[in-house]
Amino acid sequence: MTEFGERLLIDVPRKSRSSRFRPAVLILIPLGSILFQVYVPNFVESLSYLELPLLVTVYFSLMRRRPVSGSFIGAGIGLVQDALSHQPLGMFGIVKTLVGYFAASVSLRFDVDNLALRFFLSFFFFVFHQLFYWVMVRALLAQALGFDFAQTLLFGLLNAIVALPLFAVLDKLKETG
Amino acid sequence: MEILLSRFRNLTVLLILVVAQLVLLAYQVKTADDLPLIRVWAVTALTPVASALEAVRETTVGFFRDYFLLKQAQEENRRLKAEIGQLKLSNHYLKAELETIERTQSLAEFRSRTPSKTLPARVIMSGTGTDSKVVFLDRGSGSGVKKGMAVITPDGIVGRVINSYPTASQVLLVTDPSFAAGVVSQKGRVRGTLKGGPGRNTCIVDHVQNEEKVEVGEWFYTSGDDRVFPKGLPAGQVRSVREGKTLKEIVVAPSGLQSSLEEVLIVLEGVHQAIPQAPAPSEGEIYLLPPPPPEGGESDGSGQPGENGSPLRTDADELLQRYQRIGEAQGHVYGKHGTRPPEFNVRPPAQTAPVPPQGSGPQTAAPPRTGSNLSAPPGTPATDGRTGTSTQPAPVRRPAPPLTPSPAERKPEASPRPR
Repeated sequence: MTEFGERLLIDVPRKSRSSRFRPAVLILIPLGSILFQVYVPNFVESLSYLELPLLVTVYFSLMRRRPVSGSFIGAGIGLVQDALSHQPLGMFGIVKTLVGYFAASVSLRFDVDNLALRFFLSFFFFVFHQLFYWVMVRALLAQALGFDFAQTLLFGLLNAIVALPLFAVLDKLKETG
Repeated sequence: MEILLSRFRNLTVLLILVVAQLVLLAYQVKTADDLPLIRVWAVTALTPVASALEAVRETTVGFFRDYFLLKQAQEENRRLKAEIGQLKLSNHYLKAELETIERTQSLAEFRSRTPSKTLPARVIMSGTGTDSKVVFLDRGSGSGVKKGMAVITPDGIVGRVINSYPTASQVLLVTDPSFAAGVVSQKGRVRGTLKGGPGRNTCIVDHVQNEEKVEVGEWFYTSGDDRVFPKGLPAGQVRSVREGKTLKEIVVAPSGLQSSLEEVLIVLEGVHQAIPQAPAPSEGEIYLLPPPPPEGGESDGSGQPGENGSPLRTDADELLQRYQRIGEAQGHVYGKHGTRPPEFNVRPPAQTAPVPPQGSGPQTAAPPRTGSNLSAPPGTPATDGRTGTSTQPAPVRRPAPPLTPSPAERKPEASPRPR
């Protein structure tokens, strides 16, 4: 194992590295991200590629380091997104539940403060989110939704780029001590 | 079971969550029904925030939009001010050019009208000194300008050439105290000497006795006595008249210097002209009827020898002529016995009046009056002689010079009864 790989792997107890947030932060930040997604593209259409609720889900799941918490966070954000969409409730909920679970599971094994890992995980979970949502729409709703893989990769990169400063800002909201 | 759940707690929770949402989905798909409660919660939670955000955004955007509009308006205002300044400059320049053109045209028109031979010149500089009453013209002896020549404008006299150089000439203005020119008033033909006055742009008329009558507003014209200025050029208008010990103190505004002096005419060969007649006193418009039409077709009723040289005639002469024409028309010979008497009620044939000699009358400055104005019967609108348009009864200024109607206008309007 390389030194970089050793640095990514953590051997400290997970509970000691679990981050805590105020309940207001856990409520307002996801709501703010959803609000951003439904409000800002009306004026800046080019920002519609940003999937801030997904990035927030990934961040809180990574920081909480608890798959159960990650699952609930993902399910909550996904259901609110579903409520504001034209799809039946549960589509974004299931996808983000899985994202939250897997992100929290990854955080148990890796140092999620690492920027490269954050970048990679943001990119990976964006692609996973889009792909799984597409599969669900086709499988469960039988809708012929198109999927542009190249565009998904590009948007994944862009979201990963945005995720780095976003995660840095959200790090400031962690409770210390 | 408990061990299994505690060991796979995370997976169990995930499965529960996913299955629950799958059931939710299945219910919605199966029943084609929605769960409005969750959507209402989400919308209710988010729309107030969105409304507040929209208000903040609108205010902020409005503020910055107004700010940038203000900046833009300020910039535009600055640009427009600069543009207005440029346009004002351009306007001043064009106005000056226009005035120059008008002056030049006026000068050229006056030059073509005046019988004197003149030379246009431009004032190029003035004499030294703060109260200089000397200017230099751009024409000199090379152009035929000689010392002593008069300098005029269409408005009046300007001065006299006191020095002539090859390329320029020096002119003493009428406002200089050493200047002198013979002038005569327009109304009373009062003669005097125009000199420079005490003021900056005034002259005085000297050597006018207190007994002479000069009115304020009256015009003085050059008399030609000084052998410099041709007779008949306007010199100035009387501004004030006071009686002195023996001579009047008459202040005159020189008409040639009322506007800025830029272009002038140098009189190379002066020709005397008549002094125009004074206009009739303008003490209100007085309405006068046109003269009555002549009675009968043969006589103008004056009984005086007219301009055509006809002898004096009486009514009896006219009656005799009339009867003779009636007799000739009906082939009757007066005094011949046995012939039928003529019908005296018929209209005699018109007599051809002698044509008066044209252009023999004296020329006056009185406005021309047309014969149509004179011969029109009372109550008939007078006719403008120039345009031929019918106007209201023309007010005639008194005294109006009696003009003789033309022969064609002397035709009787009705057949006269024999008297």
